[in-house]
Amino acid sequence: MLEIHNLKKYFDDVKAVDGISLTIERGRCFGLLGPNGAGKTTTVEMLEGILTPTSGEIRYKNQPLGPHFRNEVGIMFQHTALQEFITVREILHLFKQFYNQSKSIDELIESCALDEFLDRDTRKLSGGQRQRLLLAIALINDPEIIFLDEPTTGLDPQSRRNFWQLLKEIKSQQKTIILTTHYMEEAHELCDELAIMDHGHIIAQGTPRALLAEHFNSSVITLPIDELPNELTQIDGSDILRSEGFAEIVSNDINKTIRFLIKQQISLNNLQVRSRTLEDLFIKLTGHELRQ
Amino acid sequence: MNMRRFFALFSARNREFLRDRTALAWNIILPVLLVIGFAFAFSTDSVDLFKVGLFNSQAAGQKPSFLETRHIHFIKVDELQPAITKVEQHQLDMLLDLNRNRYWINESSANGYILERLLQGSGDHLQKQTVSGDAIRYVDWLIPGILAMNMMFSSLFGVGYVIVRYRKNGVLKRLKATPLTAFEFLAAQITSRLWLIVLLTSCVFFGTDLFVDFRMYGSYLDLLLVLIVGTISLISVGLLVAARMSSEEAANGLLNLISWPMMLLSGVWFSLEGSHPLAIALSQLLPLTHLIDAARAIMIDGAGLADVSPQLLILGAMSVIFLLISAWTFRWE
Repeated sequence: MLEIHNLKKYFDDVKAVDGISLTIERGRCFGLLGPNGAGKTTTVEMLEGILTPTSGEIRYKNQPLGPHFRNEVGIMFQHTALQEFITVREILHLFKQFYNQSKSIDELIESCALDEFLDRDTRKLSGGQRQRLLLAIALINDPEIIFLDEPTTGLDPQSRRNFWQLLKEIKSQQKTIILTTHYMEEAHELCDELAIMDHGHIIAQGTPRALLAEHFNSSVITLPIDELPNELTQIDGSDILRSEGFAEIVSNDINKTIRFLIKQQISLNNLQVRSRTLEDLFIKLTGHELRQ
Repeated sequence: MNMRRFFALFSARNREFLRDRTALAWNIILPVLLVIGFAFAFSTDSVDLFKVGLFNSQAAGQKPSFLETRHIHFIKVDELQPAITKVEQHQLDMLLDLNRNRYWINESSANGYILERLLQGSGDHLQKQTVSGDAIRYVDWLIPGILAMNMMFSSLFGVGYVIVRYRKNGVLKRLKATPLTAFEFLAAQITSRLWLIVLLTSCVFFGTDLFVDFRMYGSYLDLLLVLIVGTISLISVGLLVAARMSSEEAANGLLNLISWPMMLLSGVWFSLEGSHPLAIALSQLLPLTHLIDAARAIMIDGAGLADVSPQLLILGAMSVIFLLISAWTFRWE
């Protein structure tokens, strides 16, 4: 569906995107992850045809991006304002007129749950309502490929889960989705394939399961911090991390670690075992520091 | 151009403007208040300044001692007939032809009577010529200026500032992501603002006429044509400012930098006659000057399209040049 070869975007001395190559299959949800400033939005905006690459090639359905692309793509930007003093219903009708083909407005209103605030001025929408409207606008031309740039940033957990449900319904229609996000849970929930970016490069790529299998062969055991003697700092060569009332033990062999804990007469009443997550992978690959 | 996309955007922009009650009220109330205020402030039939036109001011021979009288503004005129018309309309209180030793006054002008007595008292012997005609009240003269000034602000800020705001807050980026072309977008902005200005200016024009009963000697259709051509030229200046800027503060500053000299140098409030030649030359570079000149000629002098064709041609040429530069330099982001 979309092929990218050696794509670069330089802003003066800043190499925002420095030679990435990707292939995105039709009907897949492709997640682009990375810390702030990694080059996600720049990459996505080049794929959307909004930014012109410094060099490299983007092919959509085996053709360079052409005028037909604008008609077949749906885009939800990270930051978008809409015309003011216009109602939700009017803004949908406005964008519908821009395209050669379009979905029924009634269908969009239902699928994006817009009916409660259809006649409300766009300035007076809540965060969740606004994101649903922006998603409806992105879907108005019944696009084959949809770009969603951090679509749930700033939403409360309830709104975020509602939004995921909408995206799952879109996925079920075999649409190709390209999603950037900061939320690993979101990526895990929605994406069939992931690429993790940092400093303008792709540093890991694959399905969530394959990436976790490739980078981790351990699980994490969690115990209340009071249960472990202070002098115990390592188990089987692994450091014990203590924070916020809990101790975390990274274990390559759960049975062996639990036998050791029993032998030390440590209570296992509040023991929890969890698998490694995308969050762990993200931190492992990109580091802990917060970047702007 | 895809007309479906054009009309969708045109209609959205109209709604946006007409529903912004504060901006709409400001567009209507300001010019009405200015006109009514000036009508009361200058409710006498003329301004109390003596203005004397001097034709053939370079004539050889002894100058009349009348020219040494203080507190009279002597203005050189190059053409006789337009100057006589100004005496008829009380825009000049007296006209002197220094070559042929004659003078004109309007028999119904109080200022003309006083100046004649002063001329006779100075001992100069010039031949009297009389003209007649109603005085142009200051408010008659001011109306075209105030309406044009309101159109200027509406064009510059209603198009220039709005596009810069669209660019800054991402509306333009969102529109760029659709099949809409820059030409369709700009055409919709221009057309929407143009018809709104024509509508609102017409309302203000006929509304204030009810209170002030100002002078309108020419054709309404001619005035409408001047209004449309003038508005397009002013909108094109707004587009020029908005072509690339993305800072609202900078755009606001630049628009003020353009609008204030236009307001002061285009003859909105006072005639530039007798002003410094540089000021007059500068005023000719401003579209508002030509718009006001043409509107005044139609309204006050009853001029026809042929009479105002120089102004229409200049406004048309300015519009074409500014629109081409704006379209060429326009960026969505």
